[in-house]
Amino acid sequence: MRKWISILLVLSLALFALGCQGSTKEAASSSGTTEANKEPYKIGAVVSATGPSSPLGLPEKNTLELEVEKINKAGGINGHKLELIIEDDQSDAKNAVTAVSKLIDKEKVIAVIAATISPSSIAVKPEIAKAKIPQMAMAAGIPITQDDPKEWVFRTANSDAVAVQKVIDYLSKDLKVKKIAILSDTNAFGQSGTDEFKKLAPKAGLDIVIVERYQTQDTNMTAQLTKIKGTDAEALVVWGTNPGPAQAAKNMKELGMTIPYVGSHGIANKTFIQLAGGAAEGVVFPAGKVLVPSSAKGEQAEVINKFMSDYKAKYNENPNSFAGHAYDAINILAEALKKAGTSDGVKLRDAIEKTSGFVGITGIFNYSKDNHDGTGADDMVMIEIKEGKWVEKK
Amino acid sequence: MQFDQFLQYLISGLTSGSIYALIALGFTLIHNSTQLINFAQGEFVMLGGLIAVSLYSAVGLPLVVAVLLSVIIVTIIGIVFERTAIRPLKNTSVITLIIVTVGASILMKNIAMILWGRDAQALPTFSGDKPIQFLGASVTPQAIWVILVTIATVVLLQLFYKRTIIGKAMKACAINPSAARLMGINTSSIVMLSFALSAGFGAMAGVLITPISMTSYSVGGFLGLKGFAGAVLGGLDNPVGAVVGGITLGILESLSIGFIDSGYKDAIAFLILLMVLFIRPSGILGARVREKV
Repeated sequence: MRKWISILLVLSLALFALGCQGSTKEAASSSGTTEANKEPYKIGAVVSATGPSSPLGLPEKNTLELEVEKINKAGGINGHKLELIIEDDQSDAKNAVTAVSKLIDKEKVIAVIAATISPSSIAVKPEIAKAKIPQMAMAAGIPITQDDPKEWVFRTANSDAVAVQKVIDYLSKDLKVKKIAILSDTNAFGQSGTDEFKKLAPKAGLDIVIVERYQTQDTNMTAQLTKIKGTDAEALVVWGTNPGPAQAAKNMKELGMTIPYVGSHGIANKTFIQLAGGAAEGVVFPAGKVLVPSSAKGEQAEVINKFMSDYKAKYNENPNSFAGHAYDAINILAEALKKAGTSDGVKLRDAIEKTSGFVGITGIFNYSKDNHDGTGADDMVMIEIKEGKWVEKK
Repeated sequence: MQFDQFLQYLISGLTSGSIYALIALGFTLIHNSTQLINFAQGEFVMLGGLIAVSLYSAVGLPLVVAVLLSVIIVTIIGIVFERTAIRPLKNTSVITLIIVTVGASILMKNIAMILWGRDAQALPTFSGDKPIQFLGASVTPQAIWVILVTIATVVLLQLFYKRTIIGKAMKACAINPSAARLMGINTSSIVMLSFALSAGFGAMAGVLITPISMTSYSVGGFLGLKGFAGAVLGGLDNPVGAVVGGITLGILESLSIGFIDSGYKDAIAFLILLMVLFIRPSGILGARVREKV
């Protein structure tokens, strides 16, 4: 018995010591940031700066730093500077949850931009909702804004549902087909896309005659395509991210299949063209306008061009659509902060919900109490690959 | 189901099956001489593909040279792996060594991620990509390459075992390592040789597969698993069995897509694998007749 008491004592002492250490650190960091006359607004962000999703997360991190610097240079928000604290979830949802608790409990942030990938964005929702502060998600997974808790989360990426709708519009209105085949990845992205198609296609009079699947790492999809070839489908929708869709494009060519290939926004990158090579020709997919800036009109064209030149000046490369999601997240938040005039969570959330006509990179944002997606099918364009380049499909 | 469709499934299965067979071959070679399951086998496949990509596109070597050189380099990596990670632990249990191979596979995967990045990479096909029509089904020239190389490898390996002294020595070691040692066979060089060969076969699978399906740092685990399943299906101790097992697995997968549902492809293939093992635990060709060497 005595042994247990002493162990407990030692443990609690250790915990106490750790606690002290934590709080002194915090004190040091907050005293170091009070040079401005007003307390800075602390904003947390969780991005996948390393790990498999770093091609998405790194440009986001770059953009957040660039935009916060610009906002602060312009005088901040009503005299308050923005203080950005970025955490890396290493493309892993578990790390994202830890990072968010740290941002909320230790850094006392007033809003969190999280996260790069859908699993992380979903995993951190309960934590942020409990703290009653707004979350700006940069990922496209449908459940982010659809499943509870959803009152505190907004999204800046085009939802997967929007991309599916865009493809359905293209199939039924432009290609004027009635029967389609779907080939999708067995992962979460392919699965949720397929489910959405099954939900939305009948409304547009589209008949899904066959759904086939492949594993992300599969080396050969000729068997699935042979099966599709045996049906009377007039177009093939391939829903997945690299390298699967490139494999499908190559295999289609081998089998001499000539029906149109319509991809997902998951292939909106140069890698797809490199991998599929000649088989990429004529592939059509939905994407944000930043991919082909000439597709944006008026004010949005200006916003996109300005952002592209700012980003290129600082990082010496072109931003991709993910950088655009980060741009929209931080700027929508900044504008709402300005309007709310306070860092109070509820008021800030209400201000974001009142965002209307915000001209961003990903689209023209209109949030409301029931719409936390912000963008719609009009904010995406269909892009065709011609001679290895992206061209707007009109 | 029409005949041309059925034929297409067979060809598709034969192509992926041949790849699995080459990987499975690597598993049996090492298992035979050491009783080890080398979990880094898939990583040899990955390295073979990625090194060939670099030699071809970054260094600018002709495709044939890049491919052959890549196989040689990976073979050397196999030897180095045996020398540095397996041989020093010679006197420990088999399970420790298996864990070493798991560690090595993680290490190789991470090094590859740092060196080549995360994106998939491709090689051009060896002889064009114009599909050949065969009784209403299409075959790509690269698929023919895969199948031919697999057949050639099996034939050569059999000749090697039957006709050469080293081959016979390897066989002797497989049957009874301590007796082989007593007969004056240098068992540790045989172990090294089997690591070299299995790394080479893995790399060959890697370079053959890259023009068809691309490669990236992470393909090793998946392909290693398929190869392992093929080896177990055919009989872990029999190289011919490994090839039969690998090809059977590929064809089963392909037919299950055609007749059942592509979503269950892997599940069905593994279910059949389990059933075979339940009925015949040593694999299809696993019950080896001990011959006089």
